[in-house]
Amino acid sequence: MKTAVNASNTGSKNEAVIVIENLCKAFGDNMVLDDFNLTVHRDENVVVLGKSGAGKSVLIKCIIGLLKPDSGSILVFGDNVPELNHEDLDRIRTKVGFLFQSNALYDSMTVRENLEFSLRRHWIEVTQHDIDNLVKEALENVGLPNTADMMPAELSGGMAKRIALARTMILKPEIILYDEPTTGLDPVTAREIDKLIVKLQKKYKASSIIISHDMNCVKNTADRVVLLLDGKCYTDGTYEELHMSADKNVKQFFE
Amino acid sequence: MDFFVKMREYFNQTGNIARFAGNFFTVGMKPRYEIKELLAQCYFIGYNSLPLVGLTGFIMGLVLTMQLRPSMVTYGVATELPVMVGIAIVREIGPVITGLIFAGKIGSSIGAELGSMKVTEQIDAMEVAGTNPFKYLVATRVVATTLMLPILTILGDAFSLFGAYIGVNIKSVTSFHLFFNDIFHSLAYSDLMPAVIKTFFFGFAVGIIGCYKGYFSNKGTRGVGSSANSAVVLASVLIFIIDLLAVQITDLFGLN
Repeated sequence: MKTAVNASNTGSKNEAVIVIENLCKAFGDNMVLDDFNLTVHRDENVVVLGKSGAGKSVLIKCIIGLLKPDSGSILVFGDNVPELNHEDLDRIRTKVGFLFQSNALYDSMTVRENLEFSLRRHWIEVTQHDIDNLVKEALENVGLPNTADMMPAELSGGMAKRIALARTMILKPEIILYDEPTTGLDPVTAREIDKLIVKLQKKYKASSIIISHDMNCVKNTADRVVLLLDGKCYTDGTYEELHMSADKNVKQFFE
Repeated sequence: MDFFVKMREYFNQTGNIARFAGNFFTVGMKPRYEIKELLAQCYFIGYNSLPLVGLTGFIMGLVLTMQLRPSMVTYGVATELPVMVGIAIVREIGPVITGLIFAGKIGSSIGAELGSMKVTEQIDAMEVAGTNPFKYLVATRVVATTLMLPILTILGDAFSLFGAYIGVNIKSVTSFHLFFNDIFHSLAYSDLMPAVIKTFFFGFAVGIIGCYKGYFSNKGTRGVGSSANSAVVLASVLIFIIDLLAVQITDLFGLN
């Protein structure tokens, strides 16, 4: 069954698009997520803050179905992801974009082929003309319109991140999961990526979960910040609220 | 104690490889079929390996003939040289040497490619993009190695026999027609068919081991190198084990 590219994201602002309840995930004896709860609303940018190895990446990999949680539920648009079969998971994945920390561009394909891959693989109902237009629009969105025929190895770190972002956005997802989008970039490029995230989020009215410990990125992109500590949602608030917090666990991120 | 730990690891790995091979038949053989990727892999694995297989086959045939000739002259059976070389190449040396060359070139290439894709999260990205990476990456490569190795072996045999013909003509004069007439008269289907059939299993082993090692590569560049290396070693050992089993089976059916 073919589906169309998500035309526009509609729905009320208070609608919960992701509801995570009592999520647990362990690797051997290491309990990474322990009774974790989180709700993300439409058009909301939620930044998940935490130390390295706190389980931030595990969290978003559970949301997209790359990892199976040990227990708990992850409702994405009302569907419980851990219980979905492969077909239903693919249907959800057309609405959820994922920006990998390492960009994960297919290095044997050109930039154009990288962008076309999702469109072709998700059984999206589009013609070659539509695909060409979507690729052009995606590259223009990230300010790299002349890179379609380049190979990933020819791109700088910042360019590769932009192309990865273009690939994530090409299906016009309603939810975007960012895994440390500014890690490994110089401060100037990192701020450009922050601006791009906010710009694209506004343009496509997407909800986002951004995994980061880059406090500038958190400040620039977050509507709400969640601190993940010991596998649990330790605290939750706006950037300013957390910035003013007297709690030593929260303060250490802002010092 | 260390011995038992290693034995447990060994049996664990054997079980995991068997399960991985089982997934090829259960998951990998179900639609949707990745025909375009399969053809691309056949081109890369088959066509691109032909120069190497051809060159090594040619040299192998040439050297084998030059090494055998003095002994055969000593025993006064130099005229049987084409027959002996022909049977040795078609039945045993051709399939095994081609299989080993193939394991070295393709096994390491698949192991390194998938290992690098795993480390850089490209396999996860593929899954997020609505693609079953096992079908797209593993099934296509295993089918391609299984189909391409028998073809490469037959072509490698042809290059080897041509090398043998050149080898014979270095010290004596034999016509092309007479040389190949001698070989084809002495060869039966029972020489050719088991040799070709076992190469399907060689190809399957190279594909499965290369994909398994790459797919479950540990993180980091060292892991990728180790995947490529162990893919070659394990596939080569498996080729000899399959060859041994094939000899026993053909013996059982009276084909030796």
